[in-house]
Amino acid sequence: MIKTTSLAKDYVTGAGAFHALRGVDVSIDRGEFVAVMGPSGSGKSTFMNLLGCLDKPSAGHYHLAGRDVSGMRPDELAAVRNKLIGFVFQGFNLLPRLSVLDNVALPMLYAGAGHATRRARALALLKRVGLEGKSHQMPNQLSGGQQQRVAIARALVNQPQLILADEPTGNLDSETSHEVMNLFTELNREEGITLVLVTHEMDIAAFARRRIRFLDGNVVEDSLKEAGAAA
Amino acid sequence: MIFPSLVGSAFQALRANALRTFLTMLGMMIGVAAVILMLAIGEGAKAMVNQAIESMGSNLFIILSGASTSSGARVAVGSKPTLTYDDAQAIRRLPLVRDAAPVMPGSAQIVYGNINWSTSVFGVTPEYLTVRNWELESGGFFTESEVRSGARVAVIGRVVARELFGDEEPVGKIIRIKRSPFQVIGVLAEKGQSLDGRDQDDTVMVPLTSAQQKLFGSPFPGAVRFIMAQGESERVMDAAEESITSLLRMRHRIGKGEENDFTVRNLAASAQAQAMATNVMSYLLGAIAAVSLLVGGIGIMNIMLVSVTERTREIGIRMAIGARRSDILWQFLIEALTVSVMGCLIGMVLGVGGALLVEKLAGLTVVVSVSSLMMATGVALAVGLFFGFYPARRAAGLDPIEALRTQ
Repeated sequence: MIKTTSLAKDYVTGAGAFHALRGVDVSIDRGEFVAVMGPSGSGKSTFMNLLGCLDKPSAGHYHLAGRDVSGMRPDELAAVRNKLIGFVFQGFNLLPRLSVLDNVALPMLYAGAGHATRRARALALLKRVGLEGKSHQMPNQLSGGQQQRVAIARALVNQPQLILADEPTGNLDSETSHEVMNLFTELNREEGITLVLVTHEMDIAAFARRRIRFLDGNVVEDSLKEAGAAA
Repeated sequence: MIFPSLVGSAFQALRANALRTFLTMLGMMIGVAAVILMLAIGEGAKAMVNQAIESMGSNLFIILSGASTSSGARVAVGSKPTLTYDDAQAIRRLPLVRDAAPVMPGSAQIVYGNINWSTSVFGVTPEYLTVRNWELESGGFFTESEVRSGARVAVIGRVVARELFGDEEPVGKIIRIKRSPFQVIGVLAEKGQSLDGRDQDDTVMVPLTSAQQKLFGSPFPGAVRFIMAQGESERVMDAAEESITSLLRMRHRIGKGEENDFTVRNLAASAQAQAMATNVMSYLLGAIAAVSLLVGGIGIMNIMLVSVTERTREIGIRMAIGARRSDILWQFLIEALTVSVMGCLIGMVLGVGGALLVEKLAGLTVVVSVSSLMMATGVALAVGLFFGFYPARRAAGLDPIEALRTQ
């Protein structure tokens, strides 16, 4: 599913070049559930931006679903983000002026789907994440947990193979966090969606079966959780 | 199809800032209204001039006594009568001239019964009617022999007939012009205003000789104030003017290098010159239109730039979930176009309303044409596109990571 080879990213700052990522080799198979950890500045955000095709590597290669995306043009990357990847952010990132339904349907608009298809699929996904009947509310009328569910529905709407979640529970209380994490686990188990999740919290990372830890632009730990120790 | 959704979301975004949107549209509205008003007044002036030229008679020259150029202490045009009845007869025989009529104008008090009316009285020949392209409403016109004999007959205009006779039939009645009795033999058809705003129907026509001898006694017998001549066609007007000039120079024995003692004026040409003066107003409106469209366009650009900055995060989110640069570009371009087209539509309503108001209050003829409405729409679209493009391109060029990071 994901294969990076010597993936590197440098930023040029006033104080000279900053090596955010120093040649990372990571392979993630289809259906894995991976937690990415590390202190700030460790390179994990840069890694996630690269995985999400939001940024281009300075060196190395990134194969996503069998295709090398490291050399793609912006519009090709936009299409990859649209069709293969779903994003879930810490701050939910819903569009405040659009209804819940329109927020969920938005990625399909950019995929060129018709009005009826968009509506039907968005309603189905809202049902799937437990928000049936909320479709015409505005995002700010919902609780944080509900907003994150809307964001998850939006991430799923184009049937992506990969979901990238950047601290999805960072703005939620622990009970809601666990609800959201259970939803992720369900999606991973039942639908085989590959999940890569950034988190600071150990109990959140414990939901994942594999853990990758970054430090100073390198992978310092890549471990599988021993079977049986389920959350 | 993404397009209808883009228009929908443009309206949504604009409604979210209704006051700001309205203020942004203001420049556009004023500009478009001014364009419509300008074209309506310009077209109206053109129509009015054409109508006036038509009512005056086509291809007309007016030949006045005296020189037109006034170098030094030159005698003013028309002050000293140098033209005569015989000059007019000679001009009539020129090949490029269809007809010519000598005119002796004046004004007089006219009395019928106990009613009196002050009006202009023209001593003319029967050709005058042909040259001016004037019809009779009732009765007849005086003949060549009545002109020769100085008959006391008169043909009156519509306004004079109304003022003196009311519902009575004027033909056959006796009126007094400067105390002399004249018999009314005809009533002229209605003609309306002349180019200089005089009512052409407020007039009385009498035989030239009667005017010369009985009404406006002149120290120069046989002299006329001016001659109206009609060219054969519009094409030969310049040649006709030349032949009239050389004929009169010969008849007045004006030597080489000496100045004319008469002036030939092409009335259509001077009417057009007058129309140009009306155009000054529409040029002024045109300048207002251009400035407000420019300012309106800059206003749109300014607000769109603010909007792009305010919605950087939204742009980042849209990009993350798969919007291409062109999707973002179109989103903002359509928003700018929506503002300009809405402003344009309101401006059109204001412009047409203003035109009707001008017609009512200033009494100007206005013509609102479909082409002017189409032009205004075209201009609005062009302004929206031109001034919306830069902000839209800026939005489309944002880096998704940077944009997502913005609060």
